[in-house]
Amino acid sequence: MELRILAPTGALGAGFDTDAFARGVAALPDVIACDAGSTDSGPAALGSGTPKLSAQAVTRDLRLLLRARDELGVPLIIGSCGTSGRDDGVDWVAAIARSIAAEENLSFKLGLIYSDQPAQRLRDLYDAGRIRPLPHAPAIDRDLFDRGHTVAMMGIEPLQDALRDGCEVILAGRASDTALFAAVPQLRGADPGLTWHMAKTIECGAACAIPPSANGLLATLREDHFDVTTLADGTRLTPRSVAAHTLYENTDPYRVAEPSGVLDTTGATYEAVDERTVRVRGARYLPADDYTNKLEGAELIGYQTVVFGGVRDRVVIDALPKLVPMAKEYFEAKILDVFGGTVDPADVDIDYRLYGAGAVLGGSEPDPLAPRELGVLITVTAPDQATAHAIATFVAHASSHLPVPEYDGLVSTLAYPYSPPETDRGPLYRFTLHHVATGVAPTELFRTTTEEL
Amino acid sequence: MTTLLDYCSLVRSKNAGPFTLTFDFMCHDQAAYDALVATGFLNPALFATLYDADPDQILVVNHPLALAVKVSLPRPTVQGDLRDTDCYAGQQYAPLMDMEVTPAPLHSS
Repeated sequence: MELRILAPTGALGAGFDTDAFARGVAALPDVIACDAGSTDSGPAALGSGTPKLSAQAVTRDLRLLLRARDELGVPLIIGSCGTSGRDDGVDWVAAIARSIAAEENLSFKLGLIYSDQPAQRLRDLYDAGRIRPLPHAPAIDRDLFDRGHTVAMMGIEPLQDALRDGCEVILAGRASDTALFAAVPQLRGADPGLTWHMAKTIECGAACAIPPSANGLLATLREDHFDVTTLADGTRLTPRSVAAHTLYENTDPYRVAEPSGVLDTTGATYEAVDERTVRVRGARYLPADDYTNKLEGAELIGYQTVVFGGVRDRVVIDALPKLVPMAKEYFEAKILDVFGGTVDPADVDIDYRLYGAGAVLGGSEPDPLAPRELGVLITVTAPDQATAHAIATFVAHASSHLPVPEYDGLVSTLAYPYSPPETDRGPLYRFTLHHVATGVAPTELFRTTTEEL
Repeated sequence: MTTLLDYCSLVRSKNAGPFTLTFDFMCHDQAAYDALVATGFLNPALFATLYDADPDQILVVNHPLALAVKVSLPRPTVQGDLRDTDCYAGQQYAPLMDMEVTPAPLHSS
């Protein structure tokens, strides 16, 4: 048995080298797969449905993938469409796929797998004690599901159902990155330990290559090992670079959780075949007693207006850490006064970050810093945008005239690069869930539609 | 003085999902890896102090084939939440780089 799996890029829309991709296509892969999303860009994509990457970039990549799929006659599987894998993200990529199909005169059976979770279903699972926290999860209550947007992360099974149904292009909502690469090999009876380890190795594209890039990898899966090959010119793979990829964005390199079980890489070995290819053996897959789907949720928690300025005067820099708490007290009184008591200062967050003086690390900054100039980012968060903006206007005004004890008269304490200094940043979202739904059938939380293009 | 960066060709921090902060310490070579592991410098107590975490929730894993040590812990602020300063957690490793690491004493046979 030999199966070839092509991972053309780390993310749909991230771009990839066309020569590297052509090398992968020339190897006649049995499936092309890539993911299109992540939680890594923060909660806004899931909360608002705004994709991280542009329609232009996604169209560019998808056009090349659809053309190659047509030429090869093999499945193309894309997961976590629209960054968060929301239903509107699937619809967004589907619309792009339909346009490309019309322009390029391509025909295929399209499968769309949706992963949004209705609040009522989640409440029912919660009431039945079937939502379990993962490590470091926040506390939740049954009303949470009405306040935000929740998706479930699919494993291989909904993808395999769509493949069995003859889908040639599958655009999935939120999906385990590895499932996209594991679905076809598992359907054809490949060893699950090798399959999941192969999938984990190539799911970020050429992130494990030297140098790392968004370009592609080809995996060749056989009975008792898989080979992973880097496709871009001027890149190589080493046993160590491949072994190290199990570390990336992962809590434990030896135990990687999937909906149906755990990939155990403890016994894996890595051996150089040539400069571009590494042979991997020895991982095991430990099926779980209970099938689980991870849940991801985000809710709106406020609206923000930001003000950015800089300080160069060393006297002001020295005074600022004392002046900021005084200013915050002043703003509490000012909010009550300006809004006639209709805005509770407790509902407003006014945050000063002193860039150059430990803003990046905050409380974890071990060393006192002595900068020559300081960036001051002021963020006002309020229940609505108009209130955030209104508060930011007097915060900006007052912050540029803080009373420096060493000086007698009025001094401008902040250099503003913009007029007006306030910029509305829009809504702020928060991740709400780090949980799994337990005791579910593998396809129960997902909904598939198909169409012929 | 020996610093952590003397042992490592790469030190990085990253999210492992929105609720977990993870560090990878990739050593220069086998000798550096063995020497760093022998110091016991990368231990839960250090990260508990630096990142205000419960030592029982800190995972330290040695990965000899990658010549790396991995440390994972609860994210001090949930990614992207109010007052998070580092959405990708990409700069959280910085204070560790220049810390002094006391070399492990050589064992006599």
